[in-house]
Amino acid sequence: MNPRRKKRLAIVGSILIGIGVVSGLVLYALSQNIDLFFTPSEITQGKKETGLMPSLGQRIRIGGLVVPGSVKRDPESLKVSFRLSDMTMPIVFKDSDPMITVYYEGILPDLFREGQGIVANGTLTEHPPTGLSIEASEVLAKHDENYMPAELAEAAGQKHDKATYSEKQLESKKTNSY
Amino acid sequence: MWKWLHPYANPEVSYHFTNKLLPWLSALTVIFLTIGLVWALLFAPADYQQGHSFRIFYIHVPAASLSMGIYVAMAIAAFSSLVWQLKLADASAAAMAPVGAAFTAIALITGAAWGKPMWGTWWIWDARLTSELILLFLYLGVIALHNAFEDKNLAGKAAGILTLVGVINIPIIKYSVEWWNTLHQGSTVSKLGKPSMSLDMLWPFIFCFIGFSLLVSVIICLRFRNEILARNSIRPWVRELVQQSTVK
Repeated sequence: MNPRRKKRLAIVGSILIGIGVVSGLVLYALSQNIDLFFTPSEITQGKKETGLMPSLGQRIRIGGLVVPGSVKRDPESLKVSFRLSDMTMPIVFKDSDPMITVYYEGILPDLFREGQGIVANGTLTEHPPTGLSIEASEVLAKHDENYMPAELAEAAGQKHDKATYSEKQLESKKTNSY
Repeated sequence: MWKWLHPYANPEVSYHFTNKLLPWLSALTVIFLTIGLVWALLFAPADYQQGHSFRIFYIHVPAASLSMGIYVAMAIAAFSSLVWQLKLADASAAAMAPVGAAFTAIALITGAAWGKPMWGTWWIWDARLTSELILLFLYLGVIALHNAFEDKNLAGKAAGILTLVGVINIPIIKYSVEWWNTLHQGSTVSKLGKPSMSLDMLWPFIFCFIGFSLLVSVIICLRFRNEILARNSIRPWVRELVQQSTVK
């Protein structure tokens, strides 16, 4: 390689390394702002590295798995509440895990079910019986990266039924919103 | 290896090489894309929770990974053009940019169409979606710079620097779902070890992926030929070529 090319290679190489280091540091410093949501344990105990905790009344997103058996739906309206726990591998639900209750009124996404990942957007409040909870204005489903044909899924004990709504429940939405 | 590559730095040799390559690539593209898409969209089993909506996976994932792959190829071309001042490398980078931008747009649009029924939203500002949107803007910037200067060497240099600065975004897109928590799920097929899919779903994906990759190479080959001709229009071999084709 002749000296001119060597020099250009050195310049381009050092610019690339410089940009890499700078953006690495920026992303590291901003990492908590890049996170889309708080996990239930981060709401109760704060973020792992900085101890940052959301305060009551703050608008936040929470992400977690719907605890089986915790979904309560009002038969008269679209009101629903469920508890979320941390997404950990392998998936096990223990009563001692930090959990946050989510209250929501509206149609749930098709992929909503017990054990499914959920991201909810709402205000952090303190409800006397359930403790820390989120009054959500939006509930999104966060599915995992596993795809399976129905027969295989059934064999593995996985099943998905989407939530159904009665006339009465849907009627309540109309009267509320108009 | 350098000895073997050296003749292709000559525009005329490269032009005739793409000429020989194109019919093969086109034929393979048609074969792989037809098998892949028919298999994926009609015969592959539906997902247990997403049903038939899952089939958009077969277009979304190849488009998204190719949008990153084309960028890496463009960055390698920009790098060799800046260091070794290969004019053809600039031409190839200029040929790749719009194709990459199109595939980034396809990935974003199919992703939005998939996100609405499954997640419940068209768009969310999570790390994966935002970094992919930045990739689209990088492509648009590179295209704009290639066209902003009368002097093609200067344009190539400016676009090349932007391309190299933007290459840092590629690992960010790739690892965004692991470094931060996002609504977007993790990677299904590029996982080391076992992919998270049953084989009768994975095979059509492999065909689709190879098919779309071949389609990209065909489009880039065609654009690269045009770039070579446009940039060498005063050379005698191009004139001869034009005369031959007009006589016919």
